[in-house]
Parts: sequence; C-alpha cells; structure tokens
Amino acid sequence: MYRYDEFDHAFVAQRVSQFRDQVERRLTGEISEDAFKPLRLMNGVYLQLHAYMLRVAVPYGTLNSRQMRKLAHIARTYDRGYGHFTTRQNIQYNWPALKDMPAILEELAEVEMHAIQTSGNCIRNVTADHFAGAAADEVADPRPYAEILRQWSSVHPEFSFLPRKFKIAVTASERDRAAIQVHDIGLQLKKDEEGRLGFAVWIGGGQGRTPILAKKVKDFLPEADLLSYVTAIMRVYNLHGRRDNKYKARIKILVHETGVETLSAEIEAEWSHLKDGELKLPAADIAAINAYFAPKALDSRAEGWAELAAWKKSDPDFASWVGRNVAPHRHPDYGMVTISLKPIGGIPGDASADQMDAVARLAEEFGHDEIRVTHEQNLVLPHVALADLEPLYRALLAEGLATANAGLITDIIACPGLDYCALANARSIPVAQEISSRFGDPARQAEIGDLKIKISGCINACGHHHVGHIGILGVEKKGAELYQISLGGSGDENASIGQITGRGFEPDQVTDAIETIVDTYLAQRTGTAETFIECYRRIGAVPFKAALYGSEAQAA
Amino acid sequence: MKTAPIKTKVLTANRLSDGISVWLGANGEWVFSIKDAFLARHEEAVVAIEAAGKQALDDNRVVDVNVIDVEETASGPRPFRLRERIRAEGPTIDYAPASPARVSQAA
Repeated sequence: MYRYDEFDHAFVAQRVSQFRDQVERRLTGEISEDAFKPLRLMNGVYLQLHAYMLRVAVPYGTLNSRQMRKLAHIARTYDRGYGHFTTRQNIQYNWPALKDMPAILEELAEVEMHAIQTSGNCIRNVTADHFAGAAADEVADPRPYAEILRQWSSVHPEFSFLPRKFKIAVTASERDRAAIQVHDIGLQLKKDEEGRLGFAVWIGGGQGRTPILAKKVKDFLPEADLLSYVTAIMRVYNLHGRRDNKYKARIKILVHETGVETLSAEIEAEWSHLKDGELKLPAADIAAINAYFAPKALDSRAEGWAELAAWKKSDPDFASWVGRNVAPHRHPDYGMVTISLKPIGGIPGDASADQMDAVARLAEEFGHDEIRVTHEQNLVLPHVALADLEPLYRALLAEGLATANAGLITDIIACPGLDYCALANARSIPVAQEISSRFGDPARQAEIGDLKIKISGCINACGHHHVGHIGILGVEKKGAELYQISLGGSGDENASIGQITGRGFEPDQVTDAIETIVDTYLAQRTGTAETFIECYRRIGAVPFKAALYGSEAQAA
Repeated sequence: MKTAPIKTKVLTANRLSDGISVWLGANGEWVFSIKDAFLARHEEAVVAIEAAGKQALDDNRVVDVNVIDVEETASGPRPFRLRERIRAEGPTIDYAPASPARVSQAA
C-alpha cells in the first residue's frame, strides 16, 4: 500500500499543528463558532446531536494492521470504545471531545492517516472496489489511480470551494462493487484492444434528494490523461455548477439541466487545453505509484483445497460462512474474506475497539497485513489462504465477527440516523436491527438469497436507500417517524434507482411490510436461482404493491 | 403583567469543549439532564433563557443553542420533538454497552 513520503508527513503534521492552534483559540474564545465551524469541518469534525463526531478518511478503504490498531486505540482512549464504518469507506467516532481532537489527529498522523476533506465542498475520500488487488475479475488494481487522484485533490486550491461536495469512485472490473454510477465521477479501469489501460468515465451520478444515475462521457480515456480529463470535468462543474441553491448544486443537476452532450462538449473543449500539459501523467510516475500496490507475493497453499473440503463437511456453520463470506481470489489457493459487521440484531457498521484489535491481529496472522473497509459497512481480509480459513473462522467466531450473511437480507446498510445525526429526521439503526432479528434465522436467509436492504434516516441518503433492492427512507411526518419503502434499486453495473411503493409505514409496521415484500418475492420467483432483484425486474412493482396495500393499491 | 399561556420551553445547547448535550438549569448553570432544566412557562421567562443562551454562546461555553418546546410530565419535561427526546435521553440503541460514559465537569 501507499506509504507517506517526507512531503506527506510534513504536510499532515503541519495541518495537525495548524488545527491544534485553531482548537486552542476556539476553546479560549479567541475565535467565534461562526469562524471556527468551517475550520473544524475541513478537519472532519462535525457537531451531532449528543457530541462532536470525527470522520476519519480511509483512502480507498485500505488499511494495514498498524492503522487498524490505532483506530481501536482512538476508540478506546478518546471515545466510548467503538467506531462506525461508513458507506464512504471511512470511520466515524461518535463521542470525541473537541479538546482531544488535536491529539487524535496527531495519533492518526503517526500511522499516515488524517481527516482532511472528509467534509466540506471539496473532493472527498476517493473510494474503490474493496476487493481491489485481489479480485479475479479485475483488469488491474484500481487503487494506484485512486491514490493519484487523492494526491492531486488534497487541498487542491482550485477545487477546495466547489459548489458542493464531490465524490469519485474507481473500480476495475465489469462487475461494479464500488457503485460508480451513483458518484459525481465514476471511473472504470479497463483495457482497450491493444491491452492499454484506461478508463470509462461516468459523470453526474448521485443519490440524495434527487437520485440520478451517472452518464458515460468517455468510453476509453488513456490512463495518462486521467488528471487532465478529471480536471476538465471539475473546471466545467466549478464554473457552471449552481451556487444559488445547495439542493441543486451537485454536478448531477448540472448534467441533468445542461444535457450530457452539451456538457461533454464543454469538457472536451476544456480538456483540449490541458491534455498535453503538465497534468499528463508520465509513465514513470504511474509506475512509481503502482509499485506501492505491487501484488502480494502469495505462496502456493494447495493443501487448502482438501482441508477446506473436509472442514466444510464436518461443520455446516463453517461451510455456510465460506459460502457467503469468502469470494474467489485471483490466486486459486486463496480467498477474499468478508468480515461481517452485521451481527443479527446488531448495529450495522459498528465495531468495538476489541474487535478492531482482533481484526488487526488476524490480518497479520492470516491476511498479509491488509484490511479493507467496504461501502457496505463490512471489513475484508483480501488475501487469505484457503488453508487458513478454518482457524480464521474460529478466531472471528470468538470475537462475534463470523456472521455468515454477506449479501443476504441481514447484511443491511444503515446510516447513523436520528440516534446520532443532526440532519436525520428518523432513526435507521433500530429499523435495521428489527429487520435483522426477524430474518436472522440462517435457513430463512439462505432461502431468500441475495437481497440488499439499505436504510437512510433522511433524504440525504447516506444509507444508499435509492439503490437498495429494498430501500427504506425515514421521514418526519406530523412529528412522528414514517418510513417510505422503495423497490428495485441497485448500485452495481446494472444500476437502477428504486421506486417508492406508496404511502409510508409507521415504525412498528416496517418489518411486517418487509416480510410481505419478501413473501411476495418467494411466491413469485421462478425458482431459487431467480434473485429478488431479477424477480422484481421481471414482474414489476404491481404484485408487491398489491401485497402491501391490498385493495387500496388496486384502486390507485 | 399577565401574559398568555405558552408551551413550556427549555434552553438546550452542546457544551463547547466536548459537544455533550446540556440544558440550562434553574440556577443558571448548564446541567446534563433535562430533568434539571429550568422551565420557562411565560414569555418573560423565555426572553430570559434566550438571553442566557446568547450570553453563554458569546462566552464560548456552549454552541448550537436552541429553545425547545416541552410537555411537563410526572417524570419531568418531555420534548415534543423526537429529535430532542433522543438528545435528552441518548441514542435509543444499546451502543457499546460495556463502555462507561465519559461525561464530566460542568461547562
């Protein structure tokens, strides 16, 4: 993985020192809250309902054990013993004191981490496929390009005060595990006919109050042109993006209102001035960054095949866990292990300090010291030998981290919602917990198969409800929580925005409504091979609405 | 001077140093439980707590100062809005149950 050079260390240290001074001046009253608020936000410090919240960037979701141990230490020392992994591959602490922030940031800097650009109208943490560098189906590791974008966008003077925040995601296979079509810029690393690397470029995707899928503006952008072309996009957006209305300020609105052809022509015109200039990436620089992400030297561990078969035969629970949580690695003797942060009835994305320490230890012992944070709020050990799966499973089991539900109905994305968030209108976590408990039986989950439920506690859609196969949006109506359900959303390569079923549901009706939807699917599917989303796309919303609303739906 | 009855109000904020939710108490100090909050039952009292809030903001003791409506119940003031009830009672979920809260020191 990338290692800070002297410049990086000096830059982050200087930023910590600067923020320490700002915090001290705020605490002594030398600067007002109005003056301080933008400064704290630039360093990832929010004020939520009960306390400050610190959002720490995990660049493209990649961590090593030392970094994870530091995150555990911070949770234990400065917070209440846990952290929350988010849909942007970051971690949030819910209870840190303002006076401790400089010390926390100093500790993060020790392990080459920071909280810069985790808030504000700037280019946020660049996200990537959580299986990058390990997946059998990728054309190359997308993270070097995410790192190049990170370096380029860090405190970029021209793009630090954009009309609105800006999110970039990178993937490197046809199967989109980074939800690139719901990002401001989505990049798919690919190869052309000659085998050269480049990108399909998508712009203008996003969720929030106006969910829109991205439009492709480039089918193949040579890798050397990455920064010049992205700069051209940013310039056109910075110039024309609306600043009069924050709800219409994202690039998706600009694309929608201007039209992708017109905007694409403007980007091309801007790019023509940039493409052969200093932003052209030299092959040597690309190679230098790639070297940090050189594929792990993985020894042959062919003994794992026979061992795995025997273990699976003797322990059905282990077999279930392997079946759901272990995906094929590019090396046949290895697997990519999803560590579920979705225990049945638990809080999606939360991990205790002890669990973080355990993951760090297990990554060292079994995972070549690499950990990933997924946008689905789980963790991944991307390089685990099949021969090590059984001892890893036993260790995870002891830590409450072996829930065999990756991609199943209980693998729910949920934002912090009204239990923490100052923007929320309704709670998300208790809704997720109740659904998880209702469907927690392993046999029932297995029968239902792949099904993504995503829950947001407000229209900002941090819980990605628009792209949930079943999406749940909490709103406030007449002072009470109400939940709208949408169906048919998807954040993968066949992206779609879910459609609202009809009137909302009161909190105590939501899980029953989900059960009605699931039962309808089970009754309508052609067989176990037809997943929920496939079934929905075949039969449409009508049978689900009829099941949910009865004669009311027929009359509508 | 007699004034028209209003919804009972309390003053709430977050403590500057650590962001913990606080309410203005009857003795003019910021307290950690809404049960100990001063209840403003008429306009003059509301004006007074608003002034106290502005002063505390100017004195850099608290941030995000708000006057909120509450209903007076046998167990103490209960905010009308769920958001404020959750602020008063903490997250409704059993988060990190093994970890002690780290609330300390008055604002």
